[in-house]
Order: sequence, then structure tokens, then C-alpha cells
Amino acid sequence: MSRGRLTDKVTPRFFKEHQRSLYDSLEDKHTTIEMLEDEDPLGTKMILNMGPQHPATHGVLRLVLQLNGEIIEKNKIDIGYLHRGVEKIAENKTYQEFMPYTDRMDYLSPYSNNVALCTAVEKIADVEVPERAHYIRMIGAELARISSHLLWLGTMVMDAGAVSYFIWTFREREKLYDIFDQLTGHRFTVSHARIGGVANDVTETSMAMIKDFVNTFPQELKDWHKTLDRNRIFFDRNDGVGVVKTEEAVDIGAAGPSLRASGFAYDIRTFSPYCRYDQVEFEVPTRLEGDNLARYYVRMEEMRESIRIIRQCVEKMPKGPIRTDNAKQAYPSKDEVYYSMEGMIHDFLMTDTGICPPEGAECYHAVEAPKGELGYFIQSDGTGHPWRLKIKAPSFANLQVLEHVLDGEMVADTVVIIGGLDPVMGEADK
Amino acid sequence: MELELTPELKKVIDGLSEKHSGNVVNVYQSSGDTFVHVEADAIVEICRYLKEEHRFINLADIIGTDRFTSRERFEVIYNLVSLRDLQRLFLKVRLEEENPVIDSVTPVWKAANWFERETYDMFGIRFEGHPDLRRILMPEDFEYYPLRKEFPLIGIPGSIELPSSEPDKE
Repeated sequence: MSRGRLTDKVTPRFFKEHQRSLYDSLEDKHTTIEMLEDEDPLGTKMILNMGPQHPATHGVLRLVLQLNGEIIEKNKIDIGYLHRGVEKIAENKTYQEFMPYTDRMDYLSPYSNNVALCTAVEKIADVEVPERAHYIRMIGAELARISSHLLWLGTMVMDAGAVSYFIWTFREREKLYDIFDQLTGHRFTVSHARIGGVANDVTETSMAMIKDFVNTFPQELKDWHKTLDRNRIFFDRNDGVGVVKTEEAVDIGAAGPSLRASGFAYDIRTFSPYCRYDQVEFEVPTRLEGDNLARYYVRMEEMRESIRIIRQCVEKMPKGPIRTDNAKQAYPSKDEVYYSMEGMIHDFLMTDTGICPPEGAECYHAVEAPKGELGYFIQSDGTGHPWRLKIKAPSFANLQVLEHVLDGEMVADTVVIIGGLDPVMGEADK
Repeated sequence: MELELTPELKKVIDGLSEKHSGNVVNVYQSSGDTFVHVEADAIVEICRYLKEEHRFINLADIIGTDRFTSRERFEVIYNLVSLRDLQRLFLKVRLEEENPVIDSVTPVWKAANWFERETYDMFGIRFEGHPDLRRILMPEDFEYYPLRKEFPLIGIPGSIELPSSEPDKE
């Protein structure tokens, strides 16, 4: 007697066709594996639906796990629960109008997303950005990287069992939010970069806050290293768990820290430097093990390097304008808008039509976001709206890695592995 | 237009025009990026050649586009990265409006799996030989391809059955 199909046993209440194909796909994933045994007297085999509303999935990620006791035999990942269709929205907005939507993509590091879109548009429309704006962007992007890594540290260590960490890292994140509040005018979704520069300059207060943070944060980092590096529980939970092997890391599409933890020093900041990353010194931390512990070390070291970059930026930042002066390419300053007719007309035109890249132009520009390579592909039809805008989201690629990695792991380790790969669903689901 | 190629990319383009001269339609640059337009039938062969001979081991993304009202309506763009030579190259194929089908490159790069699923989900381009071609962002019950230009921005009301907002009632 053959065992019945999985789909005969479950009765989904919504998206029936979707659930059916998902379960079918779980059964068909490895055609070499035989069908499950008919006899399972102890009932150790089961299908476990984890998420989409599970606190450890960092959003609305759904995993369908086929378990044999505590071991995951096969798994399927179901994403799309946060799909908002931003690529479709982008086709109906001007380039500048679309920028606030990028804040909501990787909502843990909005600044990097703004910079990614703006640099891509500047590349396709050939906009010159003033030197000072580059440095402000770098400071913002590196602060965003620390902010994102802090959230990863807090939640990942909490997933491994240490709840107090969450509070400590969020104390530091709170400082970063205060800096963003001063620097950009918003705590969370900053929308600070503009096409052709940034929205407003660094003030004395915000500069003092950044310097203060840069001076105090390395000590916190050291303290965290002290509590975690030799912590037996943390070590055992992460050592050798969720290994992305060096030989398959690139092939399955790992991005960012997950790729670097497997031995590839692939970082867009050195691969094709944007902003002024070629003017500052920093290292690209890598590890060879590819397990969760390696990812922990890589991200911790990245935070240290970020501090180093911010220090150099503060030192090297020249005086000067923060937005390009060409009114056909960027918003004029508010002084001009309020006190001259021309400025007002330009402001109106920028809002109404915006910048128009040449017809038929195509371009791809990537930045190194905290999660990995974040790229924007733009096709222009000569109007103020992109004809097609495609986002290469690092979390999307890393979730695919998760599907490869989970097979054969313990079910208790799934939360740690998800935490270690650090996907953000806003970005993966677009 | 004269191409401004780095020495490494020049080698790649020369190699392609030598080995696959019949399949390369056009090579051009836009905003500093290099695009190679190739025949759709030869995509797997060319991808394998680029991966094995020129070390384009990283497939960063697969991009679908809709050239609405143009001939050969759909476009699939492969974003390739060579980690050895630090180069980026875009391969491009065009597909007919009626029944857009192309061979899957999952045998070359495993990462193509989800990228192809996304392209299928958004444009309805089918990838022959894909191990698990299901929708990825939209549920399977959805009948339309949302990034095609004829799909309205507001969506199609009633196109998808939503779960009941009152959990106790069926």
C-alpha cells in the first residue's frame, strides 16, 4: 500500500492552490529520497509549519520543515507575505519620489538603501555629486551598517538564549537613532540622500554626537567580545551550525557577511568602489569556516571597521556644497526656492517631472549594504519615471542559501541559523 | 560606437565572438556597463562557457523586463560577476510575446533557482528544465503576472481570495 500524498492530509483554509503546490514541492524536492516509510509506529515523522508569524523568523518568513524526530529531512521556504510590489510602484513614480519606498525595503538600514538608489540614478543620468556629500553618505551608510549589525547581534544572541543582549544592543541602537534624528530629521526611515547629494548638512550637534559615538562604541564592542567569545553556551550553539561550504557558497548565491564568512573577500566597497571608499583605509574581514560562529566574527569585525571608516570620514570631510548646483539634475536649496522665481520653478519641475536619464539607457549600480550586495538595475525610456527598476536584494539571495543549509540540521538550530543569516523580509519580498 | 573595455572584459568578448560567433547578436555599453545580447537558444551553452573559461562563477541576479509594444517583447538579463577578474558582465536575451520560454541555467548556477522563479512569477516567462518552477512572491492561486505592463497599478480587485478577517467564521 502506498502512502497517501501529503496534500490529502492537510486541508488549508486559504490560498488553497498555493499550499497544495508548496506541499507537493516539499515531497518532490529530492527525487532520490524514497517516499516515507508506511510504518512509523513512534510517530517521529511530521511536517512542521514554522511561521509566517513566528517571533524568531525576523518577520514573516514561513518554513515548512519535514522532520524525523529532531532532524530536518527536507525543507521548503515560502516567502512573499510582505510583498508590496515596490518594483511596480517604482515604474509609476519619479526617481526622487520612489526613494522613501527604499527606506521600507531593508528597514533596519534605511540609509544604505537611499544611497543605493541615488548612486544608481546618478550613474544612469550622469550626475556629479559634491565631495562633501560623498563623505556624509559614507558616514550615514556606515552608521546604518552598525545599526543593522546591532539588531542582528541582539536578536541572534537572544535566539541562542541570552535575552539581556537584546537590551544592551538596543541601548546602542537608541544612540544611533538619536544621531539619525539630528543628522537627517528622522529616527527610523531617514530618506536623507537626494539625487545629486544629500538633503541637509551635518550640524555641529550631530557631528559632536557622531564623534561621541565613535569614541564610546569600541569599548562596548570589546565588552561584548568578552562575554561571548568564551561563552560555552553561545559557542556550542553556533560552532559548526549552518555551514555554508566554501566551494558552494558562491554557487548557491550567498551574499554579504554570509559569503565572507565562507572565505570570499567579495565586498562591493573594494570590488567597485563608490562614494569615496577608495580614499579610506579599511579591511574586509573574512573567515573560512562558513558556520554561524564565523558569521558572528565577520559581523563583529565589520562593525569595528565601520568605526574606522567613520573616523577617517570625519577627518577627511571637506567643506563645500552638499548638493549639485545644476538645477536640472537636483533640487535647488530652500533659500533659492523661497527667494527667487527661478528657484521655485526648478523646484516645481523637479517635483513634477524630476530627472530624466537618456532614452534607452540601462545601468546597474550596487552598494555594499549591511546584508550584502544591494543593486539597482534601471532601464530608462527618457521620461522622469523608470521604465523598469529591478532591485537585487541580498536577503532574497541569502534566504535561498537558508533552504540549502537547513537540510540535515536540528530543528532547534533553525532559529539560530535564521538569525545568523540575518534576512530582512521587507527586502526579500520586495 | 567604440567600446571602452577593460583588458579582462576584452578577452571575454573576444573569446565569445570567437567561440560563439553565431550566437552573439550585439555587444554594447550603456552608462559604463557592458551588455552582450545573445541568441536565446544558446543561453545555457554560453553561460557554461563564461563560467568555466572566464570564471564568472557568481550569478548575482536575473532580471526580466517587458518591452511592451516592441517586437520580441520580453527580455531576460543575467547579471554575472567574475570574482577573479573583478568584472561584471550582463548577458541579455529577447523572447517572443507568445509563449516566452527559455532554458533554465540552474544546471550552471544553483543560485538561478529563485531568481528564475521570481522572473516567472512577475512576467510569466517559463524556464525549461527548472527543478521547481513555482511562483515565489505571489501565491499560486494568482492568475496574472504583475510586472507586465498591462497589469494595472491598483491591481485587479477580486483576483485573489483573502483569508477571512473574522477567524471564528469559516
